[in-house]
Amino acid sequence: MAAESKAYTKPLPHLDEENRPWWEALKRHELYLQRCRDCGALRYYPRALCPECLSSRTEWLRARGTGTVYTFTITYQNATPGFRESLPYVLAYVELDEGLKLLTNIIDCAPEQVRIGMPVTVVFDDVTPEVTLAKFRPVP
Amino acid sequence: MSLRGKAAIVGAWEHPTRFAPNRTMFQIMAESARGALADAGLTIKDVDGLCTTGVGMGWMGLLGFSDYLNLTPSYVDSTAIGGSSFVAHTAHAAAAIAAGLCNTVLIVYGSTAASQRFAIGTGGVAGGGEPCDQYELPFGPTTVGSYAMIAQRHMHDYGTTPEQLAEVAVVARQHAALNPEAKYREPITVADVLASRVVSSPLHLLDCCMISDGGGAVIVTSAERALDLKRPPVYLLGAGEAVRHAARGVRDFLEVAAAQSGRLAFERAGVSHREIDLAMVYDSFTITVVVTLENLGFCKRGEGGAFVSGGRLRFGGEFPLNTDGGGLSSNHPGMRGMFLLIEASRQLRGEAGARQVRDCRIALVHGTGGNLGTRHSGATLILSNQAG
Repeated sequence: MAAESKAYTKPLPHLDEENRPWWEALKRHELYLQRCRDCGALRYYPRALCPECLSSRTEWLRARGTGTVYTFTITYQNATPGFRESLPYVLAYVELDEGLKLLTNIIDCAPEQVRIGMPVTVVFDDVTPEVTLAKFRPVP
Repeated sequence: MSLRGKAAIVGAWEHPTRFAPNRTMFQIMAESARGALADAGLTIKDVDGLCTTGVGMGWMGLLGFSDYLNLTPSYVDSTAIGGSSFVAHTAHAAAAIAAGLCNTVLIVYGSTAASQRFAIGTGGVAGGGEPCDQYELPFGPTTVGSYAMIAQRHMHDYGTTPEQLAEVAVVARQHAALNPEAKYREPITVADVLASRVVSSPLHLLDCCMISDGGGAVIVTSAERALDLKRPPVYLLGAGEAVRHAARGVRDFLEVAAAQSGRLAFERAGVSHREIDLAMVYDSFTITVVVTLENLGFCKRGEGGAFVSGGRLRFGGEFPLNTDGGGLSSNHPGMRGMFLLIEASRQLRGEAGARQVRDCRIALVHGTGGNLGTRHSGATLILSNQAG
């Protein structure tokens, strides 16, 4: 297909020593959250220190990958390369079952069907050989 | 030490341009500085403090602007927290003056966003270098979209309607009709707002501020010095600042920075909500006003939609708001906090002409900077034409 042969033009994350394990897990189609071994606070996005107690003692918690739409917008205008060719699309915060909210896209459904509170499940979108994005789709 | 009544805005000038393809950003800034100094009856040699954001001004823009105007300030502040920056600068300037670090501070802004066709709201979100960006930019956030997600959640939780949001835009346009310098002055209706195209649901084009060119400046000095100058002083009674962000994933999205900055400003000013004669509230989008008014405590959380309805905000109504027409109808070159300060000053000095709020004694200014749905700042000031 023509679309697949085109280069991926949307912004890509910058991988570094702090976030690489998280992105590598996504590449294996596994979604992880971090939890502080000292105070127990969960956090997203991944970072080296707990923002609650500044502890460096961190454990990785495998997320269930399910949650609900917390809020969303159907984007009709965005001049950013890659996105301007994919309008309209749904930008959303999903609240994971574990209680953390993350910014993502709701895919595999008509944008007009998205509702706040809608149950969703993670979709691992391998956008480049190096990068997989955690997007979400409605639970059937 | 309280800042209450210690410093005052003594010069305020808004650049009349809304589209300036033949001017540079630094030129607009310098012309604005000239206008504000002339308004105050001061000269450039009186300036010993300088505040500007540096945003879009090249690498270390405050130094570049100092060079341009041959300034040698002994106090500088490049706080850059988006559209609220100049509101924060005013508090910082007052604190510096009260602490004896300087005497007279120039706070200055200029932008050619419109003539350079800079898509502030829909060009994607600037940046890319911060850790948080790596988890946001791949999904296509825009500035409009960030505010739209707040609107969507507000509608879901509280039944706020598109008609209620549209009322904010309609009022802005009515006020703009009374402001000869406003960019858009022809009346619009709620139906016009709802019929305009959706940029990022649920926000329509007319729910969004414009992109214009423009600039402005204010001069802040000590209350003692202010008494000898040309214009009636606009005293700073109280100030507060805040930032809000994703909060490691557990943010309450409808609690915004204004809740903290507003509470601090009211406490420090010793003023109650009922005493506010004019509110200048950043109107990047209609939802911004609704959520900000709630968080500032003018109504309860969830009641903002009803609060802005029924003509309350209209000129001559019980709650004068954004009397210059705001970013929705007067001007919005990217960081509108400067114009909140200038219009509040004009009103408190009784110079607002056809749109003058009667007996305007105390004004609240609240700037919102950044993106409400991801990371944003809030800066609140309470200003008065009386020192205490």
